[in-house]
Amino acid sequence: MTLSTPAGRAPAKRARPHRPQTRRASDPMRRGKYLFIVTFLLPPVAVYAIYMLSPYLQAIYISMTDWSGLTATQNFIGFDNYVRMWNDDQIRTALRNNLILLVFVPVLTLALGLFFASMLNVGGRRRNAAVAGVRGSSIYRVVYFFPQVLSIAIVGVLFKYVFAPESAGGIINTFLSKIGLESLTRLWLGEPRYLIWVVVLVMTWSFVGFYVVLFSAAMQSVPRDIYEAALLDGASRFTTFRKVTLPLVWDTVQVGWVYMAIQAMDGFAIVHIMLGVNGGVEGAGDVLGVAIYREAFASSRFGYAAAIGVLMLFLTMTIVVIFMRVLRRERVELG
Amino acid sequence: MAKDLVTPPPTAQRPSAGGPAPGRRQPGVGIGAKAVGILNGGFLLLWGLITTLPLLWAIISSFKTNGEFRTDPMGFPSGLEWDNFARAWSAANIGQYFLNSVIVVSMSLTMTMLFGAMGAYVLARYDFPGNRIIYFGFVGGLVLPVFLALVPMFFIVRNLGDLPFVGQFLGLNSYFSLALVYTAFSMPFTVFFLTAFFRTLPTAVAEAGIVDGCSHFSLFFRVMLPMAKPGLISLALFNFLGHWNQYVLPLVIMQDSDKRVLAQGLGVLAAQTGFRADWTALFAGLVIALLPVLIVYILFQKRIQAGLTAGVLK
Repeated sequence: MTLSTPAGRAPAKRARPHRPQTRRASDPMRRGKYLFIVTFLLPPVAVYAIYMLSPYLQAIYISMTDWSGLTATQNFIGFDNYVRMWNDDQIRTALRNNLILLVFVPVLTLALGLFFASMLNVGGRRRNAAVAGVRGSSIYRVVYFFPQVLSIAIVGVLFKYVFAPESAGGIINTFLSKIGLESLTRLWLGEPRYLIWVVVLVMTWSFVGFYVVLFSAAMQSVPRDIYEAALLDGASRFTTFRKVTLPLVWDTVQVGWVYMAIQAMDGFAIVHIMLGVNGGVEGAGDVLGVAIYREAFASSRFGYAAAIGVLMLFLTMTIVVIFMRVLRRERVELG
Repeated sequence: MAKDLVTPPPTAQRPSAGGPAPGRRQPGVGIGAKAVGILNGGFLLLWGLITTLPLLWAIISSFKTNGEFRTDPMGFPSGLEWDNFARAWSAANIGQYFLNSVIVVSMSLTMTMLFGAMGAYVLARYDFPGNRIIYFGFVGGLVLPVFLALVPMFFIVRNLGDLPFVGQFLGLNSYFSLALVYTAFSMPFTVFFLTAFFRTLPTAVAEAGIVDGCSHFSLFFRVMLPMAKPGLISLALFNFLGHWNQYVLPLVIMQDSDKRVLAQGLGVLAAQTGFRADWTALFAGLVIALLPVLIVYILFQKRIQAGLTAGVLK
């Protein structure tokens, strides 16, 4: 590393947790400590500062320039990029799509995740077992989780062909016409109004298994006798779920919700692979991530791309703050 | 996890109607409850099929001829078309992409784990001014969207490429720069997770090491790292999957077609497949990309599930 590192690693003074008791041993240790702390912090802090932190700081300045990336000079143009963004219909489409992803993907994923997790863990009512998972629940858990470890690029390529027209091997359309529902076949990736919903489905497909496992872990830690008591009181499955399972795993659902919201802001790889860099037919499936990439690396409008990035940062922050506020309030109610 | 308990199962319809004899078919299980049970089982099976069928379809398609794929996408192939894999590996360059991914991920994973552990250890167990600032500097990165950083990151890497001597390793289209970028973007979570982990390790062992005259360095490498092994393995699996599956970062850094990583190369191949009219080679490429992950997943299934979900809960 020949690069300078940022300030903030002031020399050390005192070791906190494992201060040796013996005076003899402590002195040489203390002298070596300065050197040790600096040596150990230098590589991680340097890499992180150069490749991750400094880009974010620069991005805000770049967003106020008209930089094309080709010229050495960049003119400061204030908020012009932001004004232009406000009037850009394509950005509006992308923003609308991101909001659709943000609402529908978490709702679908969490609902399905909770449903399947409760089926797997407390859904079975077998002989001599008050609460049990259904048969084969461990196999289901392995299978459901698998999409989570797949590259999102693989998922994109796969579903590009699942939703393709029949002539290109599209399996959904082939299946529909085989079972006599030809009227339901569509050019799923060819009609603007379907595009973002296809993305919603694909994202949900790839995320659900993760939340099944996450919620399963939470449900496993609920004491069994609570369920037994509920069953003895004659509670139905649904009541048990609503009054026992849900409140007890609610903390996990909240965390999952925030995490999910951050993931749903992305959608880059799926849109980029399934619909292309222009966001599909008439750009109707565009999302902000793809818009940033396109403006920067296809159109060489780096200043503008950075401005869209700042919009995205702002949105993400807002969402995280809102979610945390709202969810914290609900938690108090549930006490 | 079917834990059989001793309590007899009362049902929704007839709660505890006179202690049912164990060992006999439950009389309380009415048709309604049974129907609900079957329905639930049906949903679970349906989702299982929705998850597996697309993947199975891809695997089956990778053994077809292009003619079979187009005329009968749902059918089984008449023979195994191994040539698809040969074409994917060499003509479609998947072999090169695979190699690139292996090179980049082995470098980035080593650096991420080493640097992450070093930073987290110091932040967790040494008190010094600025400790909290650095820690929150790392952890704050968790909520930043990667897309905002893309543009400046591209120029930073491009400009580093102009440095004398080291430029060829730090510029665009270099394995090492991509590995550094992966490392940087993995730091927030790695430091966050490992700091929490190092805090839980007992201090007594460390104190004993110091009394025995260990230096700070040998204390870390010979005492603390081995003790932190379970946490390190979970996190290494997490980072391995994250790095291996990365798509947008290599798209920006690896512009040269020979340097593409696997996920990126597959995306490019998918975009070109329409013109090449070679679908089955694409599916063969997909299967090649899928297999290592599938194997790692099957081998470390429990650990991966625990590691990835722990990430959210911490």
